[in-house]
Amino acid sequence: MQIQRCKGCSDFTAEDMLRFRSVEAAFQETSKSYGYSEIRTPTLEYLYLFTSAGTLTPGMLRRVYSFLDWDGWSGERVVLKPDATIPVARLYTERLARKGYPARLSYVTNTFIFEETGTKARERWQCGAELIGVGSSLADAELVSFACDSVKKMNLNNIELKLSHAGLIRGILSSLGLNNNEQDTVFDRILDGKMETLDSMQAGKPQAVEALKLLLGTKGRSSDFLKNMRALFPADIPGIQDALADFIATIELLEAMGLPYQIDFTSGKGFEYYTGFIFRLLAEGVNVGGGGRYDLLVGMMGGQDAPAGGFALYIDRLAALINIDNLYKPVSQRVSLDIEPSAMKEGVEMAGLLREAGWIVSFALQGQKALDCGWEVEVRSSAPRLNVLNCGSGESRVCENPIEMLTIVGCG
Amino acid sequence: MQLRVALPKGRLLASTATLLEKAGWALEDYREKARLYRLKSNTLKDLQAKMFQEKDIPIQVAIGNYDLGICGLDWVTEQIVKFPSSAVVILKFLGYGEGALYAATCPESIEGDELVTHGDSVRLAGEYPNLAESLAQKLRLRRFSIYPLWGSADAYPPENAEIIMLSRRNEAEIDSLGLRSLGKIVDFKACLIVNKESLRIKDMSLLLASINSQLAQVATGAPETYFDIKHITQRVEKKSLPDDCQVRLALPDGHQQDHVRRILDAAGIKIEDYPSATGNRRPKSSLDGFFIKVIRPQDMSLQVANGNFDLAITGRDWLTDHLYQFPQSPVCELLDLKYGKVRIVAVVANEVPVSTSSELQQLRQGQQASCRIATEYINIADNYARLNRLGAYRIVPTWGATEAFLPEDADVLIENTETGSTITSHNLKIIETLFESTACVIGGMREADSKLKVERMASFVSLLRKAKETMICE
Repeated sequence: MQIQRCKGCSDFTAEDMLRFRSVEAAFQETSKSYGYSEIRTPTLEYLYLFTSAGTLTPGMLRRVYSFLDWDGWSGERVVLKPDATIPVARLYTERLARKGYPARLSYVTNTFIFEETGTKARERWQCGAELIGVGSSLADAELVSFACDSVKKMNLNNIELKLSHAGLIRGILSSLGLNNNEQDTVFDRILDGKMETLDSMQAGKPQAVEALKLLLGTKGRSSDFLKNMRALFPADIPGIQDALADFIATIELLEAMGLPYQIDFTSGKGFEYYTGFIFRLLAEGVNVGGGGRYDLLVGMMGGQDAPAGGFALYIDRLAALINIDNLYKPVSQRVSLDIEPSAMKEGVEMAGLLREAGWIVSFALQGQKALDCGWEVEVRSSAPRLNVLNCGSGESRVCENPIEMLTIVGCG
Repeated sequence: MQLRVALPKGRLLASTATLLEKAGWALEDYREKARLYRLKSNTLKDLQAKMFQEKDIPIQVAIGNYDLGICGLDWVTEQIVKFPSSAVVILKFLGYGEGALYAATCPESIEGDELVTHGDSVRLAGEYPNLAESLAQKLRLRRFSIYPLWGSADAYPPENAEIIMLSRRNEAEIDSLGLRSLGKIVDFKACLIVNKESLRIKDMSLLLASINSQLAQVATGAPETYFDIKHITQRVEKKSLPDDCQVRLALPDGHQQDHVRRILDAAGIKIEDYPSATGNRRPKSSLDGFFIKVIRPQDMSLQVANGNFDLAITGRDWLTDHLYQFPQSPVCELLDLKYGKVRIVAVVANEVPVSTSSELQQLRQGQQASCRIATEYINIADNYARLNRLGAYRIVPTWGATEAFLPEDADVLIENTETGSTITSHNLKIIETLFESTACVIGGMREADSKLKVERMASFVSLLRKAKETMICE
């Protein structure tokens, strides 16, 4: 029988894990500096958490892994978590809301979504943060800054920040008589290049359609761009001026923080439960994450209304961009220790000493030397007790005690 | 190159037979009540056709046992909606197939566009659990439970389900049941389906052209939109049950009814209109404090577990299947009624060189292909494969006539048998008896049950026990 991993699932090799942990460490360090507390939500959640209107889009819902649990005779299904934010909002509602102050939460988690070809990942990893219980431009700016700082800490280049506003887009689409689900579908179709979707709506509200075309057809790099837009927008679309004011306020804060950005409404694809400011982060041209404001989600899930915002960074994509050279300890700091059976005690003590000094030590087992080592040390019970070989130069020296050996390998 | 085609029994048989006859397939045995499942063509020498329950056909085509199949769009959609990358492709609509699958509710459960429920969860029942899940998502139900059924969905509302999925010719038929249609889920149009891989690599042009030439003469339009459903929202109205001492009893429909009637008679329990010639699903009884419904025995364990019923009469086979799926289920056997005795057995074809399950395990070792286990008892079969360490295996769910699956469409069957003669006559052999099954009374005791209710349940079981003893003595 051929043994193979599940389609669409990945093994993480040692190198993959180095990359993964490097991304995770950069994120965790940044998270601490912004005052966020790490949480973890379970892999299994009830399906109903994701089916309420305004939570997960129908396109996502069709691809969740849902099934009956071992005690699922009530007919209620569970899912492998398809999204990270909704469970955090659930946790907030269940355990934190009553505390009455904003929750700054961060997480590292996997999510699961079916992907048809099996060539893309069905299990995906992300790290992210949610700021629940408070909604303001400063909160939005804090999240953007947090996300950008995390990526910068990973030593990635060419970081781009693209900004959009779901509230603005929803406001215009809503004025065309579309409900939330229809808004998601229509907007995604437009971004897929099907502009004729808009033309078919032109008859009823030509001004709204023109406004949307203007937004999607232009890009800006300052809050002044939005002020120009505001001057051009029809005044009779409810909520649009408020959304613009909110967007401008956030952007002015980002400018004050010195974060370069591009206003690009086409970057808002798949805006799902977002209601306000949204952003997308690119590193070296790759979309590595994004987030935004989702003020209605907690209420829609049955909790008390709570403004909220958050972001997620895609670990899989970031890990692929990490420069691996910075992650390995140089070979020169690795030692293979070959111990004679009669010198075991001395040998294991030696390993401890070296590890304390910051070296990587592996035992040679059954005569097999550890791979990729800069040094090979033979430990014997009789003189010369230690034979130290520099694998790089081929030079071999003998000595009698660990102190001498540490001097030879360069940390005495 | 042999081409394998899965053809439907039941509702689509007559029209399909007519179509294929005109197409020149010359399948002599393809008719109602045919004894043979394997069909040979007098004109197409490479054709191997076989009759299946319609529900089996998309599965058989998807797993590659068959290249082509003909079945209703409902069963194809039931598969595709859950498994979008299924290997099944719809090639053609064949221009026949009557009726549709509707979503329906009780008039008392719907007010305007509000569905009134007594709990947080909307209960959906029907034979199409995947479509039910899609329907729940389509309606954006806040919380829902799905009860997969073997049949008799119309028995469930309003007490046991708010929304059911029902096959009928039109909405007027839904109304005539005293139900309210919420709209159409999918048409029952017959379609020609193909396995993607077969389409890619096999020359089926002769068969396809022969069917296609006939389709030009009929209207074969694409079906109407799926899920043409009224928009509803849920309104929860918490109400206490009218009588929390009432015992809800499920009696079986189908061939078990006469047995059950005899036991009830012997116990002195009078039940009017059971079995019912008119399909009455709520017979009245002489039992004080009992509410009775008639449903499929296969569905009873789950319905007792989820609290829809307190007592039911079913087979131990179905209870066991349920308990393998839900080991902590509150359902248990309360009384063995000692009739309807069958053995649940593992079966292979005679030519397979094994005589026990452990020999089968040894035979399977090192084999690349998955072991295909065809069965109506999905969870019993799953348990069998795990305990016997059959390596890679796949359960092929079937809906009857399972013995016809061996040897070409499955490697092992988990099947029930009374005498074993059907198995022998199909050139098959039993390699293990898993357990014996008889009819039994099952129940689910709950801490919240009132003393009176528990007494009523115990009294019912006691009456039946005495009746059985009397019947055995006689």
